[in-house]
Amino acid sequence: MNKKTGVTLLFLLLLMVAVMVLSSCTGAVKISLPELLAILENQAGLGDGTGFKSQQAAVLLNIRLPRVMLGMLIGAGLGVSGAGIQGLFRNPLAEPGLIGISSGATLFAVSMIVMEISIFKKLTGMLGFYALSVAAFVGACLTTVIVYRLSMRNGKTIITTLLLSGIAINALAGAFTGLLTYLANDEQLRTITFWSLGSLGGASWETVTGILPFILIPVFGLPFLAKSLNALSLGDAQALHMGVDVVMVKRIIMVLATIAVGASVAVAGVIGFIGLIIPHILRMTFSSDHRLVIPGSALLGAALLSLADLLARTMVVPAELPIGILTALIGTPVFLYIIITERNKTKI
Amino acid sequence: MMIGIRELTYRIGKKELLHDLSFEVKSGELLAVLGANGAGKSTLMKLLCREINPTSGRIYFRGCDLQSYKLPELAKQRAVLSQQNTISISFLVHELVMMGRYPHFDQYPSEADVVIVRQVMVETGITHLSGRDYNTLSGGEQQRVQLARVLAQIYDCKDACLFLDEPTNGLDLRYQQQVMELARSLADRGYCVICILHDINFASRFADKILMLKEGRKVAMGAPVEVINCENIHETFSINVKLMPCEGYSCPLVIPATSNIN
Repeated sequence: MNKKTGVTLLFLLLLMVAVMVLSSCTGAVKISLPELLAILENQAGLGDGTGFKSQQAAVLLNIRLPRVMLGMLIGAGLGVSGAGIQGLFRNPLAEPGLIGISSGATLFAVSMIVMEISIFKKLTGMLGFYALSVAAFVGACLTTVIVYRLSMRNGKTIITTLLLSGIAINALAGAFTGLLTYLANDEQLRTITFWSLGSLGGASWETVTGILPFILIPVFGLPFLAKSLNALSLGDAQALHMGVDVVMVKRIIMVLATIAVGASVAVAGVIGFIGLIIPHILRMTFSSDHRLVIPGSALLGAALLSLADLLARTMVVPAELPIGILTALIGTPVFLYIIITERNKTKI
Repeated sequence: MMIGIRELTYRIGKKELLHDLSFEVKSGELLAVLGANGAGKSTLMKLLCREINPTSGRIYFRGCDLQSYKLPELAKQRAVLSQQNTISISFLVHELVMMGRYPHFDQYPSEADVVIVRQVMVETGITHLSGRDYNTLSGGEQQRVQLARVLAQIYDCKDACLFLDEPTNGLDLRYQQQVMELARSLADRGYCVICILHDINFASRFADKILMLKEGRKVAMGAPVEVINCENIHETFSINVKLMPCEGYSCPLVIPATSNIN
């Protein structure tokens, strides 16, 4: 591995671990670093059960750790998919939501909440608490498949058409979601609002293990496409001339991004901006090389989303801010900053 | 035979873009393709680099059907310089040239790849741009960087094939000549170079053979002295020209006939 890339990734990994420790220690029940270590040692069967209070151990193991893990996983998934999608679209302003993942998931989740039709009831009967997540995931996959199908011609994906059909399907899904929101009663409205602003509040070890494969496959799979994505940034034809199977690469990226984002939306609602800004920060600060940006986005995404969640759950104690509001609050200024610097750069 | 084309036809709907084309190019040869806009030059180029597949007819690459090659295998033996080369995500010049070596290494380049990148940057005269952001370069500089990338791709394959689609586009006279001299020297080293050109004099000066296309059909093909004449040029471009013998060159200069002016 290139030395500079290695050092940068190591730095990002350390950052992620630091945020992980910080989030694990902070909250209503404070845990110091030695106490954290003592609890973990004890859990691993190495400690002697001293050096911490049992309440601290209970909070850490049952509430805080699953939440931190969930934040890490979702942040990594959103970051890595954002980097992949931006590479695929050859457009730094693209994000996973562009191909309909989030809007599809939202539409299905809202339908589930509002329309108590039999199929949803059956689903709830079968899956209970997870029914909403499953519906959202199915919605994410379905819309992406529709958008992808629309943009195919002679077995090739046309990126402009993909973008336009993405916008169209997003608008359509948005309209139906709006219609359903209009029909919803007060209680349903609260659920919808909560869901569409995103939250890691539903974290448990079950949700963590539930989305684990959907996140880990893209996080470890996408870096293998980094070189192809670099080639693709020169153009489809150019990548083909360099021996890249363009059709296959596009398809794999779409699938991996959809499962990561679909799973994230399913358990935590729509969390915006992470997929957009994380790859940008890396490109601006380090390099555009996808061999850095792809794995780096997973690490930085994990760190930043956990940090945002830390703020979300500590700023207005005992209540909690929806994390989608925080990522947008932090994300928008960063995004504007990017636009302005890009504009100034092209002026020269 | 490096490249052989047999009865090649390409059709989109009812429109025939190339009709029954057959010719051969050997290694060590530089073939220039001439023709008016829409004559099928770029279509021919796309077929040759397998961007599109022929409606009928066959293309042979080193004696085997082009279709039988795997993409990564093909990428090691032929490189293509396309006409449009805009990139949206900014890369540094040396990173971009290194992309030419992508077919040759797995994740990270070897020492040999780094050496080749350095050499092609010297040959194309872009060493001083190495650390620059590609998107801040002028059109001519970008063209040379892309040429360096393409060259890097096949630099160590001694009888590779190089396709150039209007390589002198956007370059000033000095670099136009430099690019054509480079193409010539590659052919002399054993490469097979196929090059779409607009300038007839450039073609006759540097190419071993010239292919003239009109509406997807072959007007003429052969050595410059054989095919550069007023009739062929009129047939190909629908223009009147005069030929002017030039001392030291076997092929006459082509200049526009001024019958319409004055």
